[in-house]
Amino acid sequence: MTVAPAIEADAVWRTYPMGATTVTALRGVSLRVEPGDYLAVVGPSGSGKSTLMHLLGGLDQPTGGRLAIGGRDVATLTPNQLAQLRNQLVGFVFQSFHLLPRTSAVDNVALPLVYRGTSARARRQRAAAMLGEVGLSHRLDHRPNQLSGGEQQRVAIARALVTDPSVLLADEPTGNLDTATGEAVLGLLERLNRSSGVAVVLVTHDREVAARASRQIVMRDGQVVEQVVG
Amino acid sequence: MRLAEAWRVALGALRANRLRSGLTMLGVVIGVAAVVVLVAIGTGTRYEVERQVEGLGSNLLLVFPGEANFTAAPAVSRLTLADVEAVAQVVGDRDRVAVQVASGETVRADDASRFTSVLGVLDTTPQVFVRDLRRGSYLTRSDVDTARRVVVLGSRVAQDLFGEREPIGSQVTIAGVRFRVVGVFASIGQGLGVDRDDQVHIPVTTAHRLLGTERIDAIAVRAPDRSAIDSLGDQIVAELRERHPETEFSAVTQEEIIGVLGDILGILTWVLAAIAGISLLVGGVGVSNIMLVSVRERVREIGLRKAVGARPRDIGVQFLLEAVLLTSLGGVLGIGLGVGSALLAAELSPVPAAVTGWSMALAFGVSAAVGIAFGVIPAQRAGRLDPVTALRSE
Ligand SMILES: Nc1ncnc2c1ncn2[C@@H]1O[C@H](COP(=O)(O)OP(=O)(O)O)[C@@H](O)[C@H]1O
Ligand SMILES: [Mg+2]
Repeated sequence: MTVAPAIEADAVWRTYPMGATTVTALRGVSLRVEPGDYLAVVGPSGSGKSTLMHLLGGLDQPTGGRLAIGGRDVATLTPNQLAQLRNQLVGFVFQSFHLLPRTSAVDNVALPLVYRGTSARARRQRAAAMLGEVGLSHRLDHRPNQLSGGEQQRVAIARALVTDPSVLLADEPTGNLDTATGEAVLGLLERLNRSSGVAVVLVTHDREVAARASRQIVMRDGQVVEQVVG
Repeated sequence: MRLAEAWRVALGALRANRLRSGLTMLGVVIGVAAVVVLVAIGTGTRYEVERQVEGLGSNLLLVFPGEANFTAAPAVSRLTLADVEAVAQVVGDRDRVAVQVASGETVRADDASRFTSVLGVLDTTPQVFVRDLRRGSYLTRSDVDTARRVVVLGSRVAQDLFGEREPIGSQVTIAGVRFRVVGVFASIGQGLGVDRDDQVHIPVTTAHRLLGTERIDAIAVRAPDRSAIDSLGDQIVAELRERHPETEFSAVTQEEIIGVLGDILGILTWVLAAIAGISLLVGGVGVSNIMLVSVRERVREIGLRKAVGARPRDIGVQFLLEAVLLTSLGGVLGIGLGVGSALLAAELSPVPAAVTGWSMALAFGVSAAVGIAFGVIPAQRAGRLDPVTALRSE
């Protein structure tokens, strides 16, 4: 019995109209993210890595090709259904953390639960447990500006995983961190991938980091030029 | 649950930008306060007029030539004392009938003088209208019958002419003719735009001689009870029309006067409220503006919320609540300011002001509605924001 892929992209295009011309960010990318995968995406700046991540997470719609998240063709979904899909199936981690200012760590982590109607008490419980898993039980009520960069990114990871998604999409999560801190964050992602079975798609510039993934995807000019199985 | 979060976020956003929220609110505060104050003054004026009309006496019927229409030019009176006799016959009681013929004249004591309103009246005036004396006595029937040159002074006139001296028994001249002061009225104040302290009463017969006329300007009748007023009015008008077939006559009750004046003042109140409402509208535009700024500032937050599963509507409601919170908070403060100013104005100035519950409820409702009306466009814009663009923005 085969398990359905968490995300399946089939010859996906993404173009942007720019005045009279169009900019093509992705030209026919095909990709499968299997449950429990640990996938690294590498490639030069502007090669379409972020665009691909946004598509895989249902934040954006392809202009060509077919994309299915959790077995559902995103082209057939309404904005509300897409929002629900993001809430339930994927978690995002960004280079710039994107934590809400003036909001405690635990409330930041609990935010996705707000949009699935979880009660305040259950939200806090679940968020606190999640912060424990990323080693921040002692920082529950700290504001982002009271946390170090590494701690902020761990809060963001806890937020991405608080809904128990099937895929975690991390776009250069160590880009704003020093080497040692970045290393710790990557270690955390690998551990969470092994322990909870969440599939991880990681965009990175670091060839060494990419080499530790179970698969590498190399992008250039909006295309996948190489797939390396590690 | 989502709504609770939206409230929390909206409150937090207002608190995070206290100065800006406060300044934006100020526009709404001033608009709402203006509405409350102007409505209070309009309403207070109406109550004041009602009080004054009711203060004239009770069960009054005012009879005069011409139509009971405030816009019509006053008709020249053909009424005479003979007509008054006929009206008294219809009423069946001479003591319930008062008359008036008025003229502006200079009243002079030894060294002081005052131009005032001289009213020729019957001795029955105190039985028909509420009119208390402070000193002396009122005109008598024999004063009227024999056209004596006696006068009752209004309190302001007495004060001007005699100051602290005793007026009773003193001589004054009215239009150069000597009169003896027999009484002074207690102060009574304004009545329908007339300063009733600034007038003097003389017998109607004396007035006719003084002015060289026979005319009576108006007749007032005090009906025995409320239910008799309307039919009595009809009878009087019918009688007078029989005596003067070429002239229209009207008999109006206090209620009718209050009704007409109340309608006029009601319209005036609404016009004032509408003008004040324009400033509320300007406040609303300010809210709209600041909400657009708020949306632009929090583009990344919107993108993040969408990334973790917020629907367009969740984002829209959050910003709409922020706008409504801004205006309804401004509304509450504006009501406070408006009520305070209205009460202060009523206390410190002759401007009457009456704060009513409905005007406060209306002002609050309107301010909340302004929040919805002017928050909806920024909220929609926030809800429709493309999450990818939002997240990429710096
Ligand atoms: N909204 C947009 N409008 C026009 N071009 C865009 C837009 N977003 C991305 N692009 C273009 O798409 C290409 C891929 O961008 P991106 O996915 O961010 O690359 P990467 O993350 O690999 O650096 C770039 O050339 C970029 O300029
Ligand atoms: Mg990128």
